[in-house]
Amino acid sequence: MFHSVKELLEITEKRNIPISEVMIEQEMEIHNRTRDEIIAQMDKNLTVMEQAVERGIKEEVKSVSGLTGGDGKKLYNYIQTNDTLAGPLLLDAVAKAMATNEVNAAMGTICATPTAGSAGVVPGVLFSLKDKLKPEREDMIRFLFTSGAFGFVVANNASISGAAGGCQAEVGSAAGMAAAAAVEMAGGTPKQSAEAMAITLKNMLGLVCDPVAGLVEVPCVKRNAAGASNAIVSADLALAGIESRIPADEVIDAMYRIGQSMPSALRETAEGGLAATPTGRRLQKEIFGSKPR
Amino acid sequence: MKFRSVFDIIGPVMVGPSSSHTAGAARIGLVARHLFQTQPEWADIHLYGSFAKTYQGHGTDVALVGGILGFDTDDPRIPDALKMAEEKGMKVTFIEEKDDHDHPNTVRIRLGKGDDRMELVGISIGGGKVEVKELDGFKLRLSGNHPAILVVHNDRYGAIASVAAALAEEEINIGHMEVSRKDKGKEALMVIEVDQNVSTELLKKIGSLSAIEKVTKIHD
Repeated sequence: MFHSVKELLEITEKRNIPISEVMIEQEMEIHNRTRDEIIAQMDKNLTVMEQAVERGIKEEVKSVSGLTGGDGKKLYNYIQTNDTLAGPLLLDAVAKAMATNEVNAAMGTICATPTAGSAGVVPGVLFSLKDKLKPEREDMIRFLFTSGAFGFVVANNASISGAAGGCQAEVGSAAGMAAAAAVEMAGGTPKQSAEAMAITLKNMLGLVCDPVAGLVEVPCVKRNAAGASNAIVSADLALAGIESRIPADEVIDAMYRIGQSMPSALRETAEGGLAATPTGRRLQKEIFGSKPR
Repeated sequence: MKFRSVFDIIGPVMVGPSSSHTAGAARIGLVARHLFQTQPEWADIHLYGSFAKTYQGHGTDVALVGGILGFDTDDPRIPDALKMAEEKGMKVTFIEEKDDHDHPNTVRIRLGKGDDRMELVGISIGGGKVEVKELDGFKLRLSGNHPAILVVHNDRYGAIASVAAALAEEEINIGHMEVSRKDKGKEALMVIEVDQNVSTELLKKIGSLSAIEKVTKIHD
């Protein structure tokens, strides 16, 4: 069983297997399940992600509060004009990440990756790479196991909960997971995956969790957008051979310690940050009335 | 290790918007429903901490009621659960508690039908994982790290051995176990943490053993 990114890399080097394979084998061993069972369950999760992405970019999704919905579709339509600044692949990831998180806010069906609030980043990046890298279904399932391997290390050594560690623990972790998996899918080495994860998470450090009216909507949907774009840029940095000066495990540890030193007002309590702005407060009142929350 | 499975990270499949406040709540409701075994006529739901403060925005209310109606975390009917409860004649009351509980996401569910009553305290510990802290006055200590089953039984000799034998037959290893009873010869409870997932078929088999009244599992 691996406990750190360092141990994960040691296994891949010793046995000359990809990160996804290490995760699959560990799952088989710990839960005494067959490879087919585990692949089938991940295949099901992939289908759920695919359906949420499709729904979000095609339908006018609206949340119950009315705060979010429709922006993923708006961006997706804008990309089709071929007149974007960032380029189609990057924005495709962003549109699909937002679309998924809008479906989440509207109480639609999603797959948490690693949480519901950060559910857009991993599928957003994955489905944006589909046209470029033309992966088989198995490669897409492997993408999720590689993402899971890095999320597994973060969850067990730091935190993936916004209430415990701020949004850096949710969208930050999700972005690191997606970047590492993107590197593997693009043919990079396990070490490059770890570099991409470290670079991504470094750039998300300090991200507070300050949901307006306590809802998983504002700023969550657009933070999923930021996470997805950060992941793709960092994956390219790593594929170009750029290394993180601070190793992934130490970045994860830094993230944890930053989370612990954040005041509780900035950890999913809706008492600080954007939630405490005049507009944030007004929206809270409009949605929930004057009832104290 | 708090998280043992990759599906704790890539998953669960669920109805949004929050794994702790929606998926976790649905799972607690579903555990209560499995233990009560039948559609209750009424449900009193006491909410504590963050659950009390944010339950409407996170759909914690519909998720809890959806679970009590028998819906899993990914059931698309969850958003309509309150309306469906009304149609099924289940009276639901939410009570926002001012006092904090030990855990920020705590709920006390009381269910009733005719003379039957059941009370359960559950907490949602993040990522859709839940723990049951109390059942009908029995205090439970579960790590939440392993799949667990709850067995309500009569305090009779052989009851515990028969459950352990049924698990052994399927090569399922018991990692941790607690037994407690209200009084000698009265209602008793077994909490069994196991290493692997327990199938629905095996749960049914345990439920049909003599002296066993109710059985349910907490995690997948």
